[in-house]
Amino acid sequence: MAKIKKKIKTIKVDADKCNGCRACEIVCSGYHSTPKYSSINPARSRIHVISHRMKNIWLPVFAGEYAPAECMGRDKYVIDGKEYDECSFCRASCPSRDFFKEPDSGLPLKCDMCESDPPLSTPMCVQKCLNNVLTYEEREEEVEEEEVKVEDVETGLGSMIPARQTWTSDCIIGVYSLT
Amino acid sequence: MRYAETGYNLEIDLATGNIERVETDPRLMELHLGGLGTNVKMHWDRVPPETKAFDPENLLIFSTGLLNGTPAYSANRTLVTFISPQSHLLAYPMMGGFWSAELKYAGYDKVIFRNKSPKLVYIWINNDKVEIRDATHLKGKGALETQDLIREELKEPRAQVAAIGLAGENRVFTASIEQGRSSASRLGGGAVMGDKNIKAVAVRGTKDVYLARGAEFMQLMEEVTEYINFRNTNPIPDVMTILSGIGSPQEMKHTDEKWHTENFMWGNARTRRRDFWNKKNEENWTSTQLESITRLISCFNCPQQCGALVSPEGVSRYMMKCFGKLTYSMAAYVDDLGFNFRILQRATEYGVDSFSTPQILAFAVELYEAGILTDKDFEGCPPDKEGRFFWLLDRVARREGIGDILADGVYYAARKIGKGAEKFDHNTIKKHEQLPLKLGMLDPIYFLMYSTNEKISITQIEGNFPQSAFPTREQREAFVKDWIQVPDERFKQYILDWEPRGDHAIPYFPTPEMCSEIVDWMEMLHNIDDALGLCAGMSSFCLKPPYHIHNYPKLISAATGMDIDEAGLKKIVNRSRNLHRAFNNERGLRRADEKPPEDHWKRRFPELEEKLLSTYYKFKGWNLDGVPTRERLMELDLGYVAEDLEKRGILEVGKN
Repeated sequence: MAKIKKKIKTIKVDADKCNGCRACEIVCSGYHSTPKYSSINPARSRIHVISHRMKNIWLPVFAGEYAPAECMGRDKYVIDGKEYDECSFCRASCPSRDFFKEPDSGLPLKCDMCESDPPLSTPMCVQKCLNNVLTYEEREEEVEEEEVKVEDVETGLGSMIPARQTWTSDCIIGVYSLT
Repeated sequence: MRYAETGYNLEIDLATGNIERVETDPRLMELHLGGLGTNVKMHWDRVPPETKAFDPENLLIFSTGLLNGTPAYSANRTLVTFISPQSHLLAYPMMGGFWSAELKYAGYDKVIFRNKSPKLVYIWINNDKVEIRDATHLKGKGALETQDLIREELKEPRAQVAAIGLAGENRVFTASIEQGRSSASRLGGGAVMGDKNIKAVAVRGTKDVYLARGAEFMQLMEEVTEYINFRNTNPIPDVMTILSGIGSPQEMKHTDEKWHTENFMWGNARTRRRDFWNKKNEENWTSTQLESITRLISCFNCPQQCGALVSPEGVSRYMMKCFGKLTYSMAAYVDDLGFNFRILQRATEYGVDSFSTPQILAFAVELYEAGILTDKDFEGCPPDKEGRFFWLLDRVARREGIGDILADGVYYAARKIGKGAEKFDHNTIKKHEQLPLKLGMLDPIYFLMYSTNEKISITQIEGNFPQSAFPTREQREAFVKDWIQVPDERFKQYILDWEPRGDHAIPYFPTPEMCSEIVDWMEMLHNIDDALGLCAGMSSFCLKPPYHIHNYPKLISAATGMDIDEAGLKKIVNRSRNLHRAFNNERGLRRADEKPPEDHWKRRFPELEEKLLSTYYKFKGWNLDGVPTRERLMELDLGYVAEDLEKRGILEVGKN
């Protein structure tokens, strides 16, 4: 099989710097509205700042893969004495919670790194976070080219879901730095 | 389709439990924008002058501003309006935080409460579903504690909650409404909320806020963002640290408190300590602050970090905002800042204004030391300064013993106590405690702001114009060089000509005419902010802010689709300001009420002060009693107001 170059896109999250303002959610929802910035609604955002003020938790999380079913069990982290809610670090749009779902239709939302033509310099949330919590990074890696079999191609309603864009598996979002 | 605003209000009758979602008249935005503007209109239409603060008819309105929920940085203020138990006038304290944007996303511009609930309740607004819920289990709970308890009970960590503490429940006149890291504190909103038996208002919204020309709006915000970044890296030289940046005014970021501690008064606005900021105190205050801060935090959609989550030794965590970080230490004459951080935690849970309350406690201490209050009044009070303040705070919040009298604020307490206590009420205007400032030479600009503004609190009236003359010509030239915010070029000349001493110094310069223009500019900008829900810290409250009269009309036009220019915007806020004035005139406000405390400045100039007031009134289009003239009201499409003022004999028909 041939080797191909693949672009890895990362948003590094320095959660210690987050002041919880949610500018990222606002611009994300505006950018993804049609026409662009015609409406604002953080509930439609593909980034969400999980916050528990009194516990000193401000955690920006990006929408990841759609999960049709809940996990068999849940995780709960305690880091530096701070107990995070169940599944806090999970990016899935999943039946266990109402994160990352279109409020009207319930369809899953997924971060697309603000992919556009012509491309943006960095995703909008990175641009609008004036406290430098979010840093965009890009690198190339060589990988084996995968052969796609006809029977694996998704058809029907599932393929309509915007979250199922094939390229997104190349993206890593969320390199966290926490205290 | 409605843009920027949702076009709906929630009307809640607490007596019957009736809740209605009411579509608003789109013309109201054209006439009054939103926020303070449309609130004033609603009070004018619905609350007669006879209504008292604790009458069921007193409306309590929680309002968003026109730009809340849009991508405009720092548009996050929640405005609360009501007849104040202290001033009996229309009060409008505001808070930052996250509540107003959430209300917009839930689909409402305002929540209007009328009448009183028979028992303690909280309101749960979850998009279209609105409930009045029992809150008897929250009785006596802290204002901060209540917010988390409600979030847990609703299983909705994203709900934003505005709550009162024990002080609000007990109708303490300085009770605040607390929300996240913010509070609407001045003039007793918490007391009115408590009187209506509302413990809290929780809101969660997942709907859209629409922008008429979104792409254009974002383009305009690019320029604002650039300027924010510029100002954050280019503090203004030759002014105190606290005045050099933008934000409100980043109190938790700065540790340099030389200016406040040495220029503001300690105790009951009594003593200036010019040598306080010595090495020892600077070290104590700096280390206390830095060690207490767990994280610097902001309000909704704001890049600044004016607040902080603090974890002071020995008390639970809470969120520090603004000047409250030093008011208790200063009022109690306690040199240790740690005391302030400890007592403020309790004060925040009780939910009390951290400007007025420390002064009330200091006033009580003075009366005790003067023998007017006695050991009987202070029975059980610890003898040390710190213990005494904690004890007094408890009494006030619980309305126990002497605390029941003090809870009405300095003005009323002084009159109730008598025996010469009135003399110790030396820092109130219109019955409301002011910042503890006592200065030397009469400042004509501040004289007007203190005397005349409907806000009745100097903070958030002042801002865009420097507080004093720059010593050198070079400094003045440097300051005006890139002063893009001025509404008119002539203001630059005022700065160039303004000197610290001599003929061109205060009190005679700026002249009364210039002072009127300067004050008008500053209050205009505050009124725009308060209609838009914009934080004054990014606009009217600081020097060279990112938002000003030249970019506001463009932002408003792009957001709403209502094309408006500078003249149009000025007319709208003038209309709302005159309506507010007329509303207060009907409640008795007159020229005689418009005066700062006698000892506010050592050197007073009675003739000049009268001239200042008359000149300003004339500039505003008011008669010599401070009432808008028919002519002025007609210009502002307020003919119905002129008629009402005439009907009530406040304006004479055919005169004025």
